[in-house]
Amino acid sequence: MTDATLPNARRSAWIGQSVTRLEDRPLVAGLGRFVADMDRPRQLHARIVRSPHATGRITDIDCAEADAMPGVTVWTAERLGEVPRIPFRATKISGLEPYVQPVLAVERVRYVGEPVAIVFAEDPYVAEDAAETIFVDVEDDNPPILDARAAPGTFLPGISTEPVVVEKGYGDVEAAFAAAAHVVELDLATGRHSGIPMEPRGALAEWDAGRGHLDLWGATKRPHWNRDRLAEMFGLSPTCIDLHEPHVGGGFGIRGELYPEDVLVCMGAMRLRRPVKWVEDRREHMMAANHSREQQHLIRAAVDADGHILAIDETLHHDQGAYVRTHGARVADMSIGLLLGPYRVPAYAARAHFRLTAKTPAATYRAPGRFEGSFVRERLMDAIAQRLAMDPLELRRRNFIGTSEMPYQRGLTALESEVVLDSGDYDGLLTKAQDFCGWNDMQAEAAARRAAGEAVGIGLGFFVEKSGLGPSELVRVTIATDGEIEIVTGAASLGQGMETAIAQIAADTLGADYTACRVIHGQTDRITHGWGAHASRVTVMTGEATRRAATELHDRARDMAAELLDALPTDVILDGGRATNTATGDHVTLGQIAAALDPVSPRRGDRQPGLSAEAWFHNTHMNYPYGAHIAMVAVDTETGRTTVERYAISYDVGRAVNPAMIEGQILGGLAQGLGGALLEEFRYDQDGQPLSVTFADYLMPSSAEMPEVAIQILEDAPSPLNPLGLKGSGEAGVTAAGAAIAAAIDDALQRPGLVTRLPVTPQYLHARLAQFDAGGDA
Amino acid sequence: MTDKTAITLTVNGSDHHIACAPRKTLADALREDCGLTGTHLGCEHGVCGACTITVNDAPVRSCLMFAVQAEGGDIRTVEGLAKGDDLSPLQQFFIDEHALQCGYCTPGFLMLIEGTLRQTPDISEDELDEILSSNLCRCTGYRNILRAARRALDHARTTTPEPAA
Ligand code: FES
Ligand code: FES
Repeated sequence: MTDATLPNARRSAWIGQSVTRLEDRPLVAGLGRFVADMDRPRQLHARIVRSPHATGRITDIDCAEADAMPGVTVWTAERLGEVPRIPFRATKISGLEPYVQPVLAVERVRYVGEPVAIVFAEDPYVAEDAAETIFVDVEDDNPPILDARAAPGTFLPGISTEPVVVEKGYGDVEAAFAAAAHVVELDLATGRHSGIPMEPRGALAEWDAGRGHLDLWGATKRPHWNRDRLAEMFGLSPTCIDLHEPHVGGGFGIRGELYPEDVLVCMGAMRLRRPVKWVEDRREHMMAANHSREQQHLIRAAVDADGHILAIDETLHHDQGAYVRTHGARVADMSIGLLLGPYRVPAYAARAHFRLTAKTPAATYRAPGRFEGSFVRERLMDAIAQRLAMDPLELRRRNFIGTSEMPYQRGLTALESEVVLDSGDYDGLLTKAQDFCGWNDMQAEAAARRAAGEAVGIGLGFFVEKSGLGPSELVRVTIATDGEIEIVTGAASLGQGMETAIAQIAADTLGADYTACRVIHGQTDRITHGWGAHASRVTVMTGEATRRAATELHDRARDMAAELLDALPTDVILDGGRATNTATGDHVTLGQIAAALDPVSPRRGDRQPGLSAEAWFHNTHMNYPYGAHIAMVAVDTETGRTTVERYAISYDVGRAVNPAMIEGQILGGLAQGLGGALLEEFRYDQDGQPLSVTFADYLMPSSAEMPEVAIQILEDAPSPLNPLGLKGSGEAGVTAAGAAIAAAIDDALQRPGLVTRLPVTPQYLHARLAQFDAGGDA
Repeated sequence: MTDKTAITLTVNGSDHHIACAPRKTLADALREDCGLTGTHLGCEHGVCGACTITVNDAPVRSCLMFAVQAEGGDIRTVEGLAKGDDLSPLQQFFIDEHALQCGYCTPGFLMLIEGTLRQTPDISEDELDEILSSNLCRCTGYRNILRAARRALDHARTTTPEPAA
């Protein structure tokens, strides 16, 4: 075939285009397949019986009535026998082992919602009925510990509720404080909240006794790691277990970790020899899935007369809840490892008290440690500016690490890697952010409205994120004889649009249509290795592995095409799903090239059969995107309610694969950040009873709470750590929301240093105003 | 256990003859007995709106209704929006405006908008925004959902609605 008119522009330049998502069509048609939508023949339904007590010794679990119900099976820890505990995935600090959660409570319960028994029945309604007949008798012995700053108690005889104090730092902090012109100290706290995906968790397991093979649907985030750990726990070969990721209704860090329920469902399927399905309800989710964020910070800065930070000293109390789950001490560890953000801090000493309390166990939630840390650090910057009577932005500029100092060795670790800021122009971004949001006009408007009696204010939070966590990712790209492209990765998708981003990278590299790509993820039976989706890593890690595999395929396809087109390989370009001889305009499609490379094709010669390639990307360092949040709020001083009127986010993502999707990530993250800043909190009464277990008590933002948001995506600092310069964008919308909102409320009420705790609920604001005006500290 | 009653549900124009216990919710009956799993459950308490469908054109939360109560009603679910392979304009607006991420809340939002515009095609933009604040989404931050809904409103204002198939 001849095509005389060659396109001037490359048609397959997909990277950087805001194309619509590959994921969307089935989802808008109601054809998604979430785990609750799946069934296996003869399946049983499981229901978990949960502790109604926060703490105490189990004296009896009365199952008599449930045992008598036809078709009902009940397991307690005693009936289950010895089950290995779920090991740590991250930040394994020695000494944490005694604190790991058993799959069903053994001897003691430690939080309301802890699984104490599991019921299996033919019908989910019956399973629920049976579960309700089971009574757990608990003898209250010690009162529950509900404050991480309270003196540690006893977890087990001889073992305290403070498993570890993580320490980090460098430089001579004492000397810096001795020499300081000013010392600024703050006592700050962030409330307990979490990811709360709209889809509750679920699992469906089937044991094939003949093959000795276990399948588990409902996996996500880390399917390969979870498969390997389940294999160890059950004494099976990893080749005998497969985890399958269906559609996933949001994860945000909390979904896809290995939970006690996952293990119980698998054990049910193996021991009862029938498939077992479990889907939690919302109330269970609020008491059982990982919590996050609750921290208290005592932070001090030593500052010279010009506002340069000389040292920071930080003491963190991290409320871990009742057990240590798969993340080990990761959130506490990275909270102090990444606390310093964009600023030059010559000396630093930090200690994180990682403490257990009688609450639902905690772990990572989108921007873990950075939502909290950015709030603390940016509150500190504002307080220093206030003390020195300096413009808060100028103070930040004086302390920013400069572009010429990149890459910048922090001398700290986080997520088991050295913190090396790879690239960034913080000062430049701040200037762009001010221009973009119209900073001066906003300030003038707020001042005018305040003069007219309104409480309106503006706040800024600057932040550094991290993304592209390694260590490795493997991708296999295959072009079929019809020209369709299959990309298999061990990464995962929790709704963030990774299929589209990966397809764009593959199609751009191959010169194909991105809609011809099909991205397979989260299936352990399709690829040998995978590190999943977390820490904003997928676009970077899977993206770069995809680019490498696609580059190899591109070259192999071009070589074959050159022969088919009777051309020099250098005269052949791949674009628009076909290879074209630029000298003649003749072309062949990718599908025809794949057919020519069929193992028995006479055209193949001694070329490698098929059109399929695998590539690895290994990465020992994370990269560090950064940005600024700017909020304008109005406070109703009568009701104490804060309305976010306007919001702007400027973010440098290195290289934007799909700007519309990045904006979507930032917007969605911001809604969660505003929730954590103003609304969301898991509250407990003095007995450890959770008070926020429904959407009526745990308030998440609705569209009424979301302001218009202006988003500026910048590409000024591509990452030097991968050829495309990619950085992640999954967490940027959350990170500095608490910081910006707190500063805006201070400004609205013209009380610097007012907000010391998140969320700023009306109740908190009223109480805090009274305290502040009486001259009291936080 | 509980005795089952034979009922007929008319969903997206087709009759489903099912046997279900009186306490079974409409959401569960649609999902388990009619095989229509596009209707999702996010809270089962009537708060999140993930389970929104329409009955006689009115948006309702199917987790709060018993299946037996819906007999005789014209039940519409997300599966009924497209005509064969052709998505409805509303569905296409959601795709074009990046109004979904995980897609779990999407059927509820689609049916909320569909029912609202069928009942009140002349609704004001502010009223529509207010109605949309009754459903929860955890991924998108809502702005793109509002944009897609506005486009659907414009579309409804400029076209005469077809009767549902
Ligand atoms: S599931 Fe019906 S309103 Fe939430
Ligand atoms: S798109 Fe995930 S909950 Fe709305």
